[in-house]
Amino acid sequence: MKAETTDKLKILASAAKYDVSCASSGSNRPNKGKGLGNAAPWGICHSFTEDGRCVSLMKLMLTNHCIYDCAYCANRKSNDIQRSTFTVNEVVDLTIEFYRRNYIEGLFLSSGIIKNPDYTMERMVRIAKELRTTQNYNGYIHLKSIPGASDELQQQAGLYADRLSVNIEIATENNLKMLAPDKNFKDILLPMNTIRNKIIENKEERRKFKHAPRFTPAGQSTQLIIGASPDSDKHILNLAGNLYNSKKLKRVYYSGYIPVNSYDKRLPALIEPPLKRENRLYQADWLFRFYNYSINEIVNDDHPDLDLEIDPKLSYALRNPWMFPIDINKASYETILRVPGIGVLSAKKIILGRRYSKLNLSNLKKIGVVLKRAKYFIRCNELKALTINELLPENVRSIILNENKPLKQLNGTMHKQLSLFPVN
Amino acid sequence: MNLFIYDQTFEGLLTVIHDSMEMNVEPEKIMSTKSFQDDLFAIKYDIATDPDKFDKIWNQVKEKSNEENCQRIFKAFLSELPDIELTIYNYIKLIIETPYNVEVNFSEDCVVKLNNAQKKVGRESQRVMMFVRFQKTVDDIYYSSFDPKYNVIPLTVSHFKNRFADQKWVVFDTRRKFGYYYDLENVREITIGQQKVSLESGKVDNDILHMSEKLFQKLWKSYYENINIIERKNLKVHMQFLPKRFWKFLPEKDFKSELILN
Ligand code: SF4
Repeated sequence: MKAETTDKLKILASAAKYDVSCASSGSNRPNKGKGLGNAAPWGICHSFTEDGRCVSLMKLMLTNHCIYDCAYCANRKSNDIQRSTFTVNEVVDLTIEFYRRNYIEGLFLSSGIIKNPDYTMERMVRIAKELRTTQNYNGYIHLKSIPGASDELQQQAGLYADRLSVNIEIATENNLKMLAPDKNFKDILLPMNTIRNKIIENKEERRKFKHAPRFTPAGQSTQLIIGASPDSDKHILNLAGNLYNSKKLKRVYYSGYIPVNSYDKRLPALIEPPLKRENRLYQADWLFRFYNYSINEIVNDDHPDLDLEIDPKLSYALRNPWMFPIDINKASYETILRVPGIGVLSAKKIILGRRYSKLNLSNLKKIGVVLKRAKYFIRCNELKALTINELLPENVRSIILNENKPLKQLNGTMHKQLSLFPVN
Repeated sequence: MNLFIYDQTFEGLLTVIHDSMEMNVEPEKIMSTKSFQDDLFAIKYDIATDPDKFDKIWNQVKEKSNEENCQRIFKAFLSELPDIELTIYNYIKLIIETPYNVEVNFSEDCVVKLNNAQKKVGRESQRVMMFVRFQKTVDDIYYSSFDPKYNVIPLTVSHFKNRFADQKWVVFDTRRKFGYYYDLENVREITIGQQKVSLESGKVDNDILHMSEKLFQKLWKSYYENINIIERKNLKVHMQFLPKRFWKFLPEKDFKSELILN
């Protein structure tokens, strides 16, 4: 490892930092033949940077040279910045040495586009292949597919990677065209389809032949930049919903736009990145994936944008007072999940716990229900208290908002892990 | 007051539970020989650990409950929290005496306490897996120390063994002064004899450090600093997820602990 590598690492880690995905979860690759590493299905964070983000994978760009000129990107060709390119060996060595010291769960590799998409993608695939074959490395690998690279290369990538992602970045095609003239939806959606089909095919294969090689066991993901274009939350979440449903994506990441190119007048003038909005989008995404809400219940023509002051679950409850109060000792699991202040875990405990005795407020507290929120929306084995119907939604809203004041700073943080998105 | 004394092992505690139930004496306090303070007014029962009695109780628990729940009990034991013994006694007694699954009956005090304890232990063992940092030595052993709040290193051994199957490693508990060594074949328990490692910081002496080690620590620190987004600075969350007590093990934090900073 040469002194040069130190400089490259600085440049190419810094260039990769805006990609928010760092998740190492969802894969169960075992350690094969007493080699190095395995993938922990729940994902492990190994450090936290001062921005509060989890460091799980080593995120690097293979190169920050790029022939494209996307308005929102620090590495665009028209920017006058220091540029550098790793060799295949440098990335392989860094990954192995960091992994052996328990610094990281694996590698997340993205790249600027050099020469053409195929040329770039081919080098990325070579790194993954080298790690898996020569080094017998079984830790996590996430490759960011290059839009426009050949089907053949996308398929090879999937043989070595745990996860592939193709970033859409801008939620509507018109705005994408405006900000990233070299890109189009077709080039992005095509590899997504290829990957999806291969995953389905591979599942089938592995059912028949247990030892058939895995194809991206942790699935695929994408990233949307928030606030670089005027797209509404309704637009963004509907796109996300479609990607989950039709492309079978594992994760959609939302990344608050950080004004890196403020000179470019096609971009909005932002004083600070829209972190609160980003956080609300993650919460909405969570409701869709784990709480059985439809996108239309969260955002619709009447409410095209998420409420920044309160989380989308509370917002939904306040807009739908007719469904409350819910009887904790009788209601179904799905209904209980809709109560603000009750998460998946406490809802499950309620269902189990109420078999033995009728639950009262102190039982609920022990179970982990956030009573100062939930109490306006429930009935339990306790004297009747004032609920949303007597107090009226707008009053409940202001009571809860006032109670939550000191917690406000905590919002606007973004993390990859389940427990870090408490939509209670 | 009925005071039961045991040898600080899990087997010993279950022997206490066996004997107290057999004698029909309700323990009001259970203490290990280590934490034992004499109490003149207590009726003392000094219980010798008996593997057969342990098996008897443990099998009963397994039969009436499930594997997951057994794990929970063991984890709660590793918490070493004051009075966790009594909680485990009450919990196991409840399991044996109740016809249905008790582990979800959150109106029982011992169920809540046991669950809280095992949750803390689970979280701490995850932190070991997150924040352990190996330092490579001249003889190609990857060495690390940790100072866990609860006795959780035993829970992490299989994780490290599965993951780092092709390298020799040590994970050492500086608080309890024992650890595990993997020699590419087996894992065995070790106490320390190694003066080349600081018990306080877990740092390996320079003269037995592998010559590449400092470079990779430096590279890692540089990576850590460059991946940070300044515009998103959020020290509150940073500190919440990376409390200072772990810093002394982390090259990216210059191994600085609270002690040194203050
Ligand atoms: S293609 Fe990627 S690296 Fe290149 S300018 Fe666009 S976003 Fe940046």
